[in-house]
Amino acid sequence: MNIIGKRKIWFTIWGIFFVLSVLGIAFRGLKTGLDFTGGSFWEIEGIEDKEKVKEVLNNFKADVISIDKDGLKLKIKTKVLKEEDHKKILDEFKNINASKEVKELKFETIGATVSRDITEKAYISIALASLLIILYVGWSFRKVSKPVASWKYGVCAVLAILHDVLFVVGIFSILGLLFKTEIDSLFVTALLTVISFSVHDTIVIFDRIKENLKRSEKEDFEEIVNDSVLEMIARSINTSLVIILVVLALFLIGGETIKTFVLALLLGLITGTYSSVFIASPFLVVWKNWDDKRAQKKISKL
Amino acid sequence: MKKSLIFKFVFLLFIVVISIVVVLPKGPDLNLKIIGINYKKELKLHKGLDLQGGTQLVYELDVSKEKNKSEAQDKAITVIRNRIDAFGVAEPVIYPESFGNSLRIIIQLPGIQNIDEALNLIGKTAQLEFKEQEPMNVEGGQLMTLQGNWKKEPVLTGAEFKKAEVNRDEQGNVEIDIEFNSEGAKKFAEATKRNIGKQIAIFLDNQVISAPTVQSEIANGKGVITGKFDLKEAKNLAIQLNAGALPVPMKLVEQKNIGATLGEESINNSFLAAVVGLFAVMIFLLAFYRFFGFITVISLFVYTLIVLTIFKLFSVTLTLAGIAGFILSTGAAAEASVLILERIREELRKGKPIETAIDMGYKGAWNSIFDSNMASLILAFIVYYLGTGLIKGFGITLAIGVVISLLTVVLVSGPVLKFLATRSFIRNKKYLSILLGIKEKDIKGEKL
Repeated sequence: MNIIGKRKIWFTIWGIFFVLSVLGIAFRGLKTGLDFTGGSFWEIEGIEDKEKVKEVLNNFKADVISIDKDGLKLKIKTKVLKEEDHKKILDEFKNINASKEVKELKFETIGATVSRDITEKAYISIALASLLIILYVGWSFRKVSKPVASWKYGVCAVLAILHDVLFVVGIFSILGLLFKTEIDSLFVTALLTVISFSVHDTIVIFDRIKENLKRSEKEDFEEIVNDSVLEMIARSINTSLVIILVVLALFLIGGETIKTFVLALLLGLITGTYSSVFIASPFLVVWKNWDDKRAQKKISKL
Repeated sequence: MKKSLIFKFVFLLFIVVISIVVVLPKGPDLNLKIIGINYKKELKLHKGLDLQGGTQLVYELDVSKEKNKSEAQDKAITVIRNRIDAFGVAEPVIYPESFGNSLRIIIQLPGIQNIDEALNLIGKTAQLEFKEQEPMNVEGGQLMTLQGNWKKEPVLTGAEFKKAEVNRDEQGNVEIDIEFNSEGAKKFAEATKRNIGKQIAIFLDNQVISAPTVQSEIANGKGVITGKFDLKEAKNLAIQLNAGALPVPMKLVEQKNIGATLGEESINNSFLAAVVGLFAVMIFLLAFYRFFGFITVISLFVYTLIVLTIFKLFSVTLTLAGIAGFILSTGAAAEASVLILERIREELRKGKPIETAIDMGYKGAWNSIFDSNMASLILAFIVYYLGTGLIKGFGITLAIGVVISLLTVVLVSGPVLKFLATRSFIRNKKYLSILLGIKEKDIKGEKL
């Protein structure tokens, strides 16, 4: 089997997902939860009349973002409310419906500065993680800088990471559109985990390339990469399967509060396995071929 | 057996025994007495707010006027901790956080659902001041109004307090008895002497709460605050006065409450999921790698045992994200096993004898196991240092899990496999093929 030779197919599949994800993110954006946007969130039981709720909130000049009905509950989102207003509004709510007891199930407020920090930190952590991984892989592969410089392994690993992150984010932008799935700060954790496992998988294959480069009699880099991928593909799928088993259990029976988190993980693990075989390794070959061509041009110019 | 191998087994046995003792649900608490040092610690798994329900409050400190900002933050935390302790919340978590220029204090109150009281208690600055009347030429001896002219500089502040206590007077009205420290008592005596027949106002956070008229000099440093407060308010005020005033004003920027029932459902389900997932992995390993798989299952058990021990010993707070980190590192531990066993199979297919195959399998897989786990560790540290609140827990458990999974590879799978390699029954192709779950004809070596 020649996986590396068919790289155009894999890159095309990547390209399609890439475009879909970018389109999804560009046009729909991600449906971000309170963690990212800041604001106040209520879950109230015992009121059915949305209009009256809106009226009360308007009287207090609270900027209503959304009021949704969820079974017996009303989910209310507004811009940040002050604690004094929160109490007063709640008293008003209790007056709306005299026959039923109005219960406040949940009230959360996250200030704008807090949410800005969370978003900022999310970007910084992903960027920092990518950078450090390039550095680490570059260092760890320093003994095999021929025919491809060791830092390029790191870059290819990060390319696979970007593929995975983009894929998961893209899917969630579509889910946000279809099911109003919101992302919260746990989502960032999920992305970071996906990064970690994507790198795991990629490193396992790269390690084999490293080993084969040292001992194989073959000269052709492309062939060596292909051999390494073939030798490792079953292992890569098996190891991923082990982790996916655990996460699948979490997804199917784990608590409701972490469903989104686990779904992000599951998607990421699957694409992480794909990307290390079909993105990171072929790209290494593509890069080497580019370098060769450029070197040849230089020679022919001379 | 080699000496180093024996040493490893003994060390392993030692760790396992200790771990079992610690992990047992009704395990003992730490109670060390070494050369006069007494160290006591209750050993238990700490559940995070999202798992047991409760309230999280985040305050931003206004430190614009402070020179030493972090000192103000530290002091504020001490004051808040004192107040909460006096209020009687079990295991509150209070920690500072800073980002950019803003300093914050995060307060987690497990089990507290009604947060109004907590907000009143924590958020108030509770700056108590005693102020004298500004001398004025009052025509016709009119009485001062309460909003009247008080001197700007207080004669006494809450800093000169010894303690405050709630009591009732003869009519049953709530009052707060206060006692000054020696310096405060001196100042109080002077102030009362100076102001006989005049009022002294008691200010709380720049609001007059009462302005009694001084009857006589008070030399014993004891006073009474009366005002329009009920028992609860008085108790809160007494707590605040005892805990001291906040060094700087604070603003509430985040509040969250998590229902206990939601938490309970989550933890039960997630725990069940973890167990089911772990069993699925074990069955997978057994089905695929048979007896060799069994060895790695044992090492997974040891891994779980040690990780739980560390959680208990170092009071790691378990959050949902933390459990996820734990489960994922368990996955990584299993991954390491698969890598080693696959490598052994590969070497056998190449015709290597079993001892070399095991040796190569272990050494060859180790590089990629180490590299990939290092990448995870890098990530765990980033999450820990940059993450906020609940996410931090993910970084901690992931890091612990990764380190321990590397340790179990070195301490369990490695030595056991090496020991196995020296046994004679493994040199029979038929036995080996059954034990490793590999076809007999795939074992290419002439001699094992």
